[in-house]
Amino acid sequence: MDFLQTVKIALRALRTNKMRSFLTMLGIIIGIAAVIAMMAVGSGASYVISQQIASIGSNIILVLPGSTTSGGLRSGSGGSQTLTSDDVKAIMAECPSVDLAAPTVRSSALVVFGNLNWSTVLMGTTPEMFEIREWAISSGRSINQQDVDGAAKVCLLGQTVAENLFGSSDPVGKMVRIKKVPFTVIGLLERKGQSPQGQDQDDAVFVPLRTAQRNLIRSPFPNSVGALMVKGKSEALLAKAEEEVNSLLKQRHRITGSKEADFSTRNLSEILAVAEQSAKAMSLLLGAVASISLLVGGIGIMNIMLVSVTERTREIGIRMAIGAKKNDILLQFMTEAVLLTMLGGIIGIALGAGGATVVSRMLSWPTLISFQSIAIAFVFSAVVGIFFGFYPAKKAAGLNPIDALRYE
Amino acid sequence: MAPVISLADIRRVFTMGDQQFEALKGISFAVAAGEFVAIMGASGSGKSTCMNILGCLDIPTSGRYHLDGLDVGGMGTDQLAEVRNKKLGFVFQGFNLLARTPAIENVELPLVYAGIAARERRTMAQRALEQVGLAGKEYNHPSQLSGGQQQRVAIARALVNNPAVILADEPTGNLDSSTSEEIMGLFTALNRQGITIIMVTHERDVAEYAARQITFRDGRIISDAQTKHVGQQG
Ligand SMILES: Nc1ncnc2c1ncn2[C@@H]1O[C@H](COP(=O)(O)OP(=O)(O)OP(=O)(O)O)[C@@H](O)[C@H]1O
Ligand SMILES: [Mg+2]
Repeated sequence: MDFLQTVKIALRALRTNKMRSFLTMLGIIIGIAAVIAMMAVGSGASYVISQQIASIGSNIILVLPGSTTSGGLRSGSGGSQTLTSDDVKAIMAECPSVDLAAPTVRSSALVVFGNLNWSTVLMGTTPEMFEIREWAISSGRSINQQDVDGAAKVCLLGQTVAENLFGSSDPVGKMVRIKKVPFTVIGLLERKGQSPQGQDQDDAVFVPLRTAQRNLIRSPFPNSVGALMVKGKSEALLAKAEEEVNSLLKQRHRITGSKEADFSTRNLSEILAVAEQSAKAMSLLLGAVASISLLVGGIGIMNIMLVSVTERTREIGIRMAIGAKKNDILLQFMTEAVLLTMLGGIIGIALGAGGATVVSRMLSWPTLISFQSIAIAFVFSAVVGIFFGFYPAKKAAGLNPIDALRYE
Repeated sequence: MAPVISLADIRRVFTMGDQQFEALKGISFAVAAGEFVAIMGASGSGKSTCMNILGCLDIPTSGRYHLDGLDVGGMGTDQLAEVRNKKLGFVFQGFNLLARTPAIENVELPLVYAGIAARERRTMAQRALEQVGLAGKEYNHPSQLSGGQQQRVAIARALVNNPAVILADEPTGNLDSSTSEEIMGLFTALNRQGITIIMVTHERDVAEYAARQITFRDGRIISDAQTKHVGQQG
């Protein structure tokens, strides 16, 4: 019996019970869609992580004020006033494994130019910050040490801020008002795009640290800073740098024995490990959804195929009487089961690819559907059909023709 | 001429639990090519059991069965399937056509399993349908045909592979008397073309169409009589 004819017969049988066929496929559709989504999330996450490493560098330590141990919650910068500009200087001077350190103070601010205004993030920092983050200037110049020492009223704009206040014209040299204080725009930062968390990194304005402390953030502790960024001399020395920073700050803050530290450090590779872990957990979850729905879908297929064999006992009897061999019957029902799962697989691939495309658009990830993942999903659906279709098909092929012909 | 069918001391014992029942108690007869045989007998006398063995659907408990020169005795299920496909045509009481399948595809079915190419299948099935007077109904589904027409499709399906014998178990059992006559007329015509037919029936007037009548009682043959000479008009 030729294969084309077998496929034709199977398609006719599936068409006879369209609704039933579709409902039977649902489990496979969901399972395969989950397989596609799982692989998309997996490759998306590894893309994001590699991007993060590339954009920040993995040899950076964050020093945060306040302790992290209170229920794992971290108070926002400015909430604690435990780090100072002098701490930064000390770290630079006394920690041999540290290359650079930069403090930041952070606030929100309304920036006004002419009759336009834009509410954005205000960051006060030192020139080292731009070196650590490797943020380049697209026009004008960066903040320098004289600006910081003299508390100069100058600022750097992120691309988003510049676009909203100046359109396409060059803002360098113009005057803007930040929290009603006039500032000269000295430079424009290069576009950095979205952070992996979905924040617009270009929606910010940067001013010298001391300017921010004196003129913009009127804190009762004028010398205090928010988070510190510390860059190790190399990735290999990062752990050592973290240790040095820790012991230096403990000593400076007079923290001994079991006394809880009033700061905490974390390095980006730790944070990345967490991100990687959560991506893995997500993949695992999708994998579980995929395998459970493929299993349940497969059992559903087996169930429906058993029903189909019973319903069509007479047909099987007729075919056997007329000359169908055991293998012809076996192949016929296997083909039906595999067609069912492959059809479900195709719909599932379309659905999963659609979903992954929407997600990748939203998070501006690259296209994540590889030919490989489609092939894997396709093979998976076929294997489910073969595995769960075998028992019913075997049952059909094992029927006795006389009994089958007599079956009512 | 060697007989197409020869049965020698065929016995069939059914075992149900610890109970045994001998449905055939030593059946022997031979059928020559071109014969038209009617098998008669009371209900439960073993006619269908005998037909199942003749049709290679069932295996006798003992005895020898030769079909068209082949010893069917030691064959496996796949070999038997091939014998059914090549040497036999079946006509059943309940027609046993595939539902939702056009008449012509029902007729093609034995050829599908014989591995004959699609185009050749079509022409052979077409010819068989013409032979049973159903030209023009090729694409009707069984549900769109009368009982008599359905039985004609079944006969065309039995004919299409040029079998050595056509086996018909109560082919008119589900038909009214005038349709029965039509079908028997068709069988007679086919037999005149040289096709060997063995038919089970309850009805005496249906059996009259056959040239030879074998009567069963309790698993034995009680009479085997030539009622007409072969080729004689019915
Ligand atoms: N599979 C089976 N298992 C047990 N007994 C069977 C089986 N098939 C048939 N028999 C018995 O064998 C005997 C002959 O049955 P068979 O079907 O051959 O009768 P029949 O002559 O065709 O009758 P009818 O004219 O009613 O069709 C019956 O007594 C029946 O009960
Ligand atoms: Mg019977």
